[in-house]
Amino acid sequence: MNRFLLPLGLFVVLLGFLAVGLNRDPREVPSPLVGKPAPAFEVPQLAAPDKNFAPKEMLGRVWLLNVWASWCVSCRQEHPVLVAYAKSHGITVVGLDYKDQREDGMRWLGQFGNPYVLSAFDADGRVGIDYGVYGVPETYLIDKAGTIRYKQIGPITPDVMEKKLLPMIKELEK
Amino acid sequence: MRALVVIMMALLLAGSALAKEAAPLARNETVEQRLVKLAEELRCLVCQNQSLAESHADLAEDLRREVRGLIEQGKTDAEIKDFLVSRYGDFVLYQPPVKPTTWLLWGGPFTLLIAGVAALIFYLRRRGGQVHETTLTDDEKKRAEALLKDNQ
Repeated sequence: MNRFLLPLGLFVVLLGFLAVGLNRDPREVPSPLVGKPAPAFEVPQLAAPDKNFAPKEMLGRVWLLNVWASWCVSCRQEHPVLVAYAKSHGITVVGLDYKDQREDGMRWLGQFGNPYVLSAFDADGRVGIDYGVYGVPETYLIDKAGTIRYKQIGPITPDVMEKKLLPMIKELEK
Repeated sequence: MRALVVIMMALLLAGSALAKEAAPLARNETVEQRLVKLAEELRCLVCQNQSLAESHADLAEDLRREVRGLIEQGKTDAEIKDFLVSRYGDFVLYQPPVKPTTWLLWGGPFTLLIAGVAALIFYLRRRGGQVHETTLTDDEKKRAEALLKDNQ
């Protein structure tokens, strides 16, 4: 009996490692930006090309920076959630239209609704690089002092909204 | 006949209108060489098992452009890696730095090797203690030989 105990023990340990390792999403790379000031930028707005947007305009508010694009498939899944919660909970969402065509972006918002206070237009993806964007949609929760508090990689689901974002927003708004 | 020629001309023109302009090739040989060398050590975040040099993903192209720009600005390799790590994390490096969170990663294989060798030595020693040399008497030897012959 005893001589089976050691291999069995090792097997259980291996199983534990596999269970943890295989259930992790390899696409979710922890962002080094959480806890750091949101990188500064200044780019034209999507709807008003002659007006610029810079994150420092949002100082004093708790807000979400949502990176989206009209060519992004998962954004379609996420978008209704943003529209609904922007309306029902009054959360402040700024869009960043990433590597998109202006007309496509505008048409997309017309078709699916516009949950954004405004959308900044990142035509060449330069802002995206500063924010470490690698898979749209991505969303950053930024506090009153302009510090990134949380990064959501992939679409925001109602679950993520209820369990993660809303409690954090509530806490930060105090 | 004339219509055919017109159509063919139109098709030819359409072809040239659709073709994308070729990306400018190596503007500067040394910059390009450093770019390739650096990009081979960096991971593409979209297709994670490819390096930045191999990947055709849009993001990889953007990042190569970015790295090329940094090289042209005269940044060192370490500065360029820092630039990417500060945005994408250690994950972009194919060789993660040695620090407390990566000790297990770097040390794990060696620890396992040492543990394996130690277990092997322990096992062999114990076994050595259990095996006894036995000597046969002349009678036993004869019996053994007879048995072996029978078997053939």
